[in-house]
Amino acid sequence: MPNLHTVRKGLDLPILGAPDALVDGHLSASVYAVRPSDFRGLVPKLAVKEGDRVLAGDVLFTDKADPRIRITSPVSGEVARVERGEKRKILAVVVLADSQQEYRKFTSGTPANREDAINWLLESGAWSLVESRPYGRIANPDAEPKAVFINGMATEPLAVAPAVALAGREEDFAMGLQVVGLLSKRTVLSIAASETAPALTKASGVELHQFKGPHPAGTTSVHINQVSPLNKGEVVWTLNYQDVVILGHLARTGNLKLERVLALSGTGIAKPRAVTAVAGASLEAFLNAELKSGNYRVISGSVLTGTKVSKTDYLTYYASQLTAIPEGEGTDFFGWVLPSFAKWSVSRTLFSWLTPSKKYDLNTKQHGEDRAFVVTGLYEKVFPFDILPMPLLKAMWAKDLEKMEQLGAYEVVPEDFALCEVVCPSKQELQKLAEEALDLLYTEMN
Amino acid sequence: MKFVQNLFDSTRPAVTTGKLKGLYPLHNALETMFFVPNHNAHSGAHVRDAIDMKRTMVTVIFALVPALIFGLFNSGYQHHLAIGQIESGWANFWTLENALYGALKVIPMIAVTYIAGLAIEIYFAYRNKHAVNEGFLVSGILIPLIMPVDIPLWMVAISTAFAVLIGKEVFGGTGMNILNPALTARAFAFFAYPTYMSGDKVWAGLTNVDGVSSATALGQYASTGTNSFGVIDGFLGLVPGSIGETSTLAILIGAIYLIATGVGSWKIMLSAVLGAVTMGLIFNGVADLMISPEQQSYLAVPFYYHLVFGGFAFGAVFMATDPVSAAHTETGKWIYGFLVGFFSIMIRVFNPAYPEGVMLAILFMNVMAPLIDHYVVNANIQKRLKRVQTVQA
Repeated sequence: MPNLHTVRKGLDLPILGAPDALVDGHLSASVYAVRPSDFRGLVPKLAVKEGDRVLAGDVLFTDKADPRIRITSPVSGEVARVERGEKRKILAVVVLADSQQEYRKFTSGTPANREDAINWLLESGAWSLVESRPYGRIANPDAEPKAVFINGMATEPLAVAPAVALAGREEDFAMGLQVVGLLSKRTVLSIAASETAPALTKASGVELHQFKGPHPAGTTSVHINQVSPLNKGEVVWTLNYQDVVILGHLARTGNLKLERVLALSGTGIAKPRAVTAVAGASLEAFLNAELKSGNYRVISGSVLTGTKVSKTDYLTYYASQLTAIPEGEGTDFFGWVLPSFAKWSVSRTLFSWLTPSKKYDLNTKQHGEDRAFVVTGLYEKVFPFDILPMPLLKAMWAKDLEKMEQLGAYEVVPEDFALCEVVCPSKQELQKLAEEALDLLYTEMN
Repeated sequence: MKFVQNLFDSTRPAVTTGKLKGLYPLHNALETMFFVPNHNAHSGAHVRDAIDMKRTMVTVIFALVPALIFGLFNSGYQHHLAIGQIESGWANFWTLENALYGALKVIPMIAVTYIAGLAIEIYFAYRNKHAVNEGFLVSGILIPLIMPVDIPLWMVAISTAFAVLIGKEVFGGTGMNILNPALTARAFAFFAYPTYMSGDKVWAGLTNVDGVSSATALGQYASTGTNSFGVIDGFLGLVPGSIGETSTLAILIGAIYLIATGVGSWKIMLSAVLGAVTMGLIFNGVADLMISPEQQSYLAVPFYYHLVFGGFAFGAVFMATDPVSAAHTETGKWIYGFLVGFFSIMIRVFNPAYPEGVMLAILFMNVMAPLIDHYVVNANIQKRLKRVQTVQA
């Protein structure tokens, strides 16, 4: 097979609660909210005020640094309120949805050239779906990316297979690929080696790469690292296959419909499956029906990289997963020394390695206290990049920008350290560390 | 269990807000020893591996148990053998007398080490406002195991205090130290109290017994170039030596456990053996070039003898693999381990004043480990730079 990449290091979490492979139902809500914090590094400038009427696709706020970057309303309705926090920081723009959705009409059809495509995406707010590396932020429209990477995989724990999410949306996906193809000379589509959906395996106009192996084999960072590693000064743009569907829908109908197939999963969900959901939907009514009774943590996103949300919260903007796992409760009598078959560990200090195919009802317990870096060689086992994770993390910790740059900080986003964080016996908060360090790097470099 | 939890709950106000604030680290250390706290992941990944620092450290302690038990019996056996109470042989080894003698010597040493070390650790935890780290749980067992059985307890206490203070806390505590704390303690004792750390009396509790002696295999080699023990004796451990180091078999069991659980680095252990074998073979090859007959004879000792005599096995398995003071990069571990083995045998053979070369070799390589890592990290940086140049060309 041409362009087959095998990823050997990594880890598929043995977690119970996988969703059924069918799309059944819709996450319906009457209230929607868009949170500026969902967009890394974006400082919002409000374009609406309370009481304004908006159509789906009308701008809610723009990026202060670049007003061309618009975040638009996922639904039509009335701006109910703008939630603010300390120093009047905007936390969320809340829209009461109409029962009948109206869309702002944008030009339909595939744009003629790159410039048209970019302007059209900026105008409609669909530009928010184009991320750039390094830093993993909304792309700078003036940049010249060396390639666009489309991620056609889903290896995060409890995700829905792309074949399921794409069923019935093949036309939009193909049209979306045409649009994305205009953005750069090189368009790479990464798919699983075991993929069977023709929409992906027979996608046209793209350079197809196949990946196999455990998570993070399905993350864009790994794809870039294997296909065309990012060097200093280079830029690539990235999209998820579901975002391509949204772009294709926009091209076909002129409507920006921020709807994705959402993996509704985890042991806290009564019937784990896939549903369709619009970005920013209020979870309250839906979870009342879907969540089992008990103390569960609701995560907008996956258990590795998602955001903890409350039951009365909203789906995050980019979420394609909604997970509910048990919240850890109670102390563990001599839990650090007694043998246990019920606990899961990558190390062989517990017995879970004897039953490699057993799945666990994993909860949010940290299983220990925060400690200094002591153990070495563990991160390397789940970190499939040509990057030394510990030296890079220490450079991030020390805020040594030059070292970070030399050790490959441009090639990673905070989410890439999620598995290191899972296996870390010192319970270090690595994603937070990387996030802060990359923000600092961004500020210093721009 | 409920009763213990209640005890901790009822005393918590006193140490958090009350008058006994200074005791909070101790309270916390004891409480978290009884109960893994109910902390939940609050940022980043929402699920975590069930291993923590305590379990990592206790795994090492489990791995030390065979060497410790063998050491108890062997201390008594060597003592009773030297003073002529018993004949040599296995029949007289696993006896209650031997175990009792060893226990009475070793258990107070362990107790003193823990008290001295943990008191300082808890003070620094209080001073620097962090929780008590678990690293010393292992050091507290390691230090007695690498001491001669006859060393006075106050020397153990002072050596431990030196190791924790100068070896660890001045660098910022657990995770920051450059030298292996347990070996720092031994090195301190070795240079501060040489008469209690070497010679032919201290290994079998003969300091106050006149007329008899019990020299270690390496001690004999250093003075005469030969050795009265067989290689099998050395492998099984029926020889005088520091408490935990004599039985290569018991250490090997610990090594297998450490490698199986993934807690100890097999790369360091294997490369240390390779390094020792390499040096041993080089010595075998050049033995004839030596001047004195003792040296010729010592250099000609078959290379595998070096693996079973002295502290090499113990050092390679339990000391060199300390993740904090060893090389941190995976490539670096190969180089680090190899040089530990290489220098251990070199120092032991060439420097009769220090028959126990492994201690000095590991401490030396602890100092060199950051340099090794520096070059490994630099190689990664260069590779990345080269990639940029290829793109630009």
